[in-house]
Amino acid sequence: MVEIWKDEIVEHEEFEFPPDPADDFEWAPATAEIAGNQPDLPLNTWQTTGVSRRDFLRGVVCSGVAVAAASYVMVGGIGKARAAIRGVERLVSLNINGKIRRVDVAPNETLAHTIRYRLGMTGTKIGCNRAECGACTVISDNVSIYSCSTLTHMVRGQKIRTIEGVASASGKLHPVQQAFIDELGPQCGFCTPGQVMAAVNLLEKNPKPTVDQARRAMSGNLCRCGAYDHYLKGVMRAARSV
Amino acid sequence: MSDYMHSFELFEPASIGDASKLINKFGKDGWIIAGGKDSLDWFKDRNKRPKAVINIANLKELRGIKDNKDYVSIGSVTTLTEMEDSKLLKKHFPVLIDAVSRIASPQIRNAGTLGGNVAQDTRCTYYRDGFPCYRAGGNTCYANTPTAMNREHAVFDVARCVAVTPSDTAPALVALEAEMVISSKGKTRKVMAEEFFIGPATDITRMTALKKNDILVEIRIPKKWAGAKYYFEKVADRQTWDFSLVNIAMVAKTSGGKISEVRMACGGVQCTPRRMTNVEDLLKGESAGPEMEKLAKRVAAQGAKALNYNHFKIPLMGNLAARAVRSMA
Repeated sequence: MVEIWKDEIVEHEEFEFPPDPADDFEWAPATAEIAGNQPDLPLNTWQTTGVSRRDFLRGVVCSGVAVAAASYVMVGGIGKARAAIRGVERLVSLNINGKIRRVDVAPNETLAHTIRYRLGMTGTKIGCNRAECGACTVISDNVSIYSCSTLTHMVRGQKIRTIEGVASASGKLHPVQQAFIDELGPQCGFCTPGQVMAAVNLLEKNPKPTVDQARRAMSGNLCRCGAYDHYLKGVMRAARSV
Repeated sequence: MSDYMHSFELFEPASIGDASKLINKFGKDGWIIAGGKDSLDWFKDRNKRPKAVINIANLKELRGIKDNKDYVSIGSVTTLTEMEDSKLLKKHFPVLIDAVSRIASPQIRNAGTLGGNVAQDTRCTYYRDGFPCYRAGGNTCYANTPTAMNREHAVFDVARCVAVTPSDTAPALVALEAEMVISSKGKTRKVMAEEFFIGPATDITRMTALKKNDILVEIRIPKKWAGAKYYFEKVADRQTWDFSLVNIAMVAKTSGGKISEVRMACGGVQCTPRRMTNVEDLLKGESAGPEMEKLAKRVAAQGAKALNYNHFKIPLMGNLAARAVRSMA
């Protein structure tokens, strides 16, 4: 019965499959492996497994790159119809934090996705994924942009800076980062990378902003903890110390 | 991983001619993208799924603000931040700077383009959520039913669809008598801003005069209104990100204390920016003052017809008109 049903669909040329967001995303095998290998561990031993959340993500990212090239072969049956119209991944060079990173990028891939899931730099957060919250803010050619709403291919050849590239190579924090700590800016911290990038971008353009200018420049970043005043004070403190 | 876009091919043409050829080739399966701030949301919602996306953001010929003898030309992919920082625009058309600086958020202005701002589709939530409404080719308006939430919708010129223009620059461009230069199949044509925005009675599936295969290349603003008195105000629920509930743009010239020429346009009240001709007629030859404010307030929203939840737009229009008049006093 199943076979007949499959044939009917494949033969029909005009048939358009309903959109299924999960179709375009392949879970890396590592996810299943890591989860599958530790089914009996008690819940509170997550620290003792030796796999931190960050390492876990890195593992997923690395194996994700490995399977990306093979994904066309892996999808079969109904998937073939969709694979035919699928855009081809291309190897591009991205200038991120002063380093040239070579990475396979699909045409429909956003910069936030590339940074987080291809390059493993998880400092850039994806909040709303709709250019509405600012957690994904990065600096591209000296202007701040929402990386969740920018196609990676559109910023080839531009100099991208993410939160990972803000502190100096020696590990000394950027004045903005230090000021945010001093003013207790982050509460939950999810919006902080975006807030830092927006503030860094402001201070590069305008090293001595007024409070109003700072407020305006930071207005593209939401903080659900409501620590706006702390961040604002942080920006002003950083402006004094830059 | 929600919000992952459908698969498409991405093209980066090197010239406007190539872009034109590509969009001709793909027809309704093609999609022009520049800033992508609106387009990518459509794709993430999977409500629009073009097979080919053509990126024109990197075309140098479409970028930049140039001073010409009779007009200032702004390339369609000039970002809103570039406009905001432009000394030329600041000198000649501060009303446009005021409008641009109120759009969305700094990061969006850094990437979003003027062409995208004027050509963006309506923000009607029903339409955006993929309801099969008139505008989407269906046969109902979901925003104009007894239970619909239509706080943001139109109070004028409703023809089946009650969507409004979301753009903040549109009223300013209409007030400034801007001209849109559109390239189509190798030919260019010019359309006045007032005719560029079209209502549902003209074509319910489009917001602008742009057809498939058309690319907006340039916006020309005549120097007629350079250095004129101006007023712009946007009223929105939030100061950042949010689209206008109502906005108003005015340019005016005065001589000897009397208003000799004035143009006023209001956004967010109908499908196109609304020229407030009755206020303009009222003001010509008069001097601004409390009397004129009162009269302007009275006539501004004449003929408006509210839906269930947008009555507030009628007094709001009047108040904004009065404030515009007050700015000249």
